[in-house]
Amino acid sequence: MAGVEERNVALLDEPPVLGPGQTFDSVTDTITDIVLKRPIGLGWLAGLAIGMGLLGVLLMAVSYLFLRGVGIWGINIPVGWGFAIINFVWWIGIGHAGTLISAILLLFKQTWRNSINRFAEAMTLFAVACAGMFPLLHMGRPWLGYWMFPYPNSMGVWPQFRSPLVWDVFAVSTYATISAVFWFVGLVPDLATMREQATNPFARKLYGALSLGWRGSARHWTRYEALYILLAGISTPLVLSVHTVVSFDFAVAIVPGWHTTIFPPYFVAGAIYSGFAMVLVLAIPIRKFYGLEDMITMRHLQNSAKIMLATGLIVGYGYFFETFVALYSGSTYERFMIHNRWFGPYAVFYWALIVLNILIPQVLWSPKIRANTAWLFFISLVVLVGMWLERFVIIVTSLHRDYLPSSWGHYVATRWDWATYAGTIGLFTAAIFLFIRIMPAISIFEIRMLLPQAEVKE
Amino acid sequence: MSHLIAAPTLYGLMAEFETPTELVHAAKAAYAEGYREMDAYSPFPIEEASEAIGFHKTRVPLIVLMGGILGGLSGYGLQYWINVIAYPLNIGGKPFHSWPAFIVPTFEMTILFAGLSGVFGMFALNGLPQPYHPVFHVDRFSAVTRDRFFLCVEASDPKFDLVGTQQFMQGLKPLSISEVPH
Repeated sequence: MAGVEERNVALLDEPPVLGPGQTFDSVTDTITDIVLKRPIGLGWLAGLAIGMGLLGVLLMAVSYLFLRGVGIWGINIPVGWGFAIINFVWWIGIGHAGTLISAILLLFKQTWRNSINRFAEAMTLFAVACAGMFPLLHMGRPWLGYWMFPYPNSMGVWPQFRSPLVWDVFAVSTYATISAVFWFVGLVPDLATMREQATNPFARKLYGALSLGWRGSARHWTRYEALYILLAGISTPLVLSVHTVVSFDFAVAIVPGWHTTIFPPYFVAGAIYSGFAMVLVLAIPIRKFYGLEDMITMRHLQNSAKIMLATGLIVGYGYFFETFVALYSGSTYERFMIHNRWFGPYAVFYWALIVLNILIPQVLWSPKIRANTAWLFFISLVVLVGMWLERFVIIVTSLHRDYLPSSWGHYVATRWDWATYAGTIGLFTAAIFLFIRIMPAISIFEIRMLLPQAEVKE
Repeated sequence: MSHLIAAPTLYGLMAEFETPTELVHAAKAAYAEGYREMDAYSPFPIEEASEAIGFHKTRVPLIVLMGGILGGLSGYGLQYWINVIAYPLNIGGKPFHSWPAFIVPTFEMTILFAGLSGVFGMFALNGLPQPYHPVFHVDRFSAVTRDRFFLCVEASDPKFDLVGTQQFMQGLKPLSISEVPH
């Protein structure tokens, strides 16, 4: 017990994971009332309207794309990837923080994760949905998207498994599936709580059906916990593999600036970096507007900020080594690539990326800034933009000028590129707003486990 | 269906407790008394409670392992069959059996099968989805998803006796005791 006391003393200067004076009743009510009791407010309606409006833009952009083909985008040879792949990598990276919180922090027994894992997992799902759309739309004939999967067909052809693009199909579809079941399994006991708390007969039926008749039996809990920890265990290598495979899309190619072994770890760190930025962008307003300061405490925000700082430094190390290896390798093409990044037509994006992704987030070293939600919110937005620019720089500067100067080109995004991108932000926003009002946004049973009352005394 | 003969209309007797500690003590006492057909119900997982009712081992990890092995083998086998037998393609002179390239989909299939078989296996072992269960007849039982802890001794237990078990339960000082009809 001495160890526990020492740790408690060490934690005294840190804010608590849970506000004081909470009971089983109070946590249940606080979380379920957001869905079941709280009237629909103007703020929520406005947020949903913005999300739905942008979702409308997405529908327009996609309809026009289906009508005219990918020629409405700015892509052409040599820059054939453009916004579609930039946004794909950006969105899927954002999803990674959700899995990190729900799986990796669970394995490390970081109990503070219990109040943010649910909405972080939801964030993962919606981000992966946004991400998955881009390669599909990019194919030009999205209705043939199922050709990517190995299935017996009358054409007698099969996918080519030596290509990282096929690996990507497997990685992303597995990631989406496992994230979805992990999220649903985590929800089942809370849906049972919603079933009993709801007074509206339709809501009772809906939550009742979704809760699968969960009754909190000790036998069920034992199997449930065994599965939950195993899912966390398999999700941990899975999430690391997903962005690794995404980075293989680049690293396996021989394009200067892509063909490097540092890509997998640096992509994974970047993914977690932007993912935690999105967690903060969502958590800070949610805790404020829904009065959840006792459950999503400053401790959560500060820990997220620290993870951002750490992963940001790994990303900075990645940038440094990318440059160093290019110069040290003596390869003309690699050296030109760095020169072109620094002083070429897209140099302004590169330097903006360094400022937004590396310089500004260094203020997170200050405990005062980490304790200030406005600053955290601002820095998170900065990081999200910075990480988007990183993908832009990687894709566009490498492709637009590779080996042959005769086939150099220039890439400018069209309004349809921007409309599609803004549209997926709308899809994400609308989904998050609906999620908050339909599902318990914080895991109720895991919060109950954090209460001192939950401990079994001898 | 021996319990139908013993008590045709009764599923069991249910005691309600306020704290997890009381539940675990009650479950231990019931186990010591000789009851085996019983279950503890709680709003969050309590490891000690399932230990107390004598439920130690679960087959979920085995199912996950089997699923993972099956997924890995079928993932690798699928790629081998496609690239070597069904549709051999010469890609840059690489061997048809390019095993390093097959690792990524093999890994992803391992995870996919392990995860899905674990989820379906867990629900199947738990007998879920199960919309109807006798315990839901007890009105107070709805608090099990909120802040109450229940121990239900089932009528199918050979030692179950309506009067005797009720007396035993009263000794546990529960908040309430309810009969659970079928």
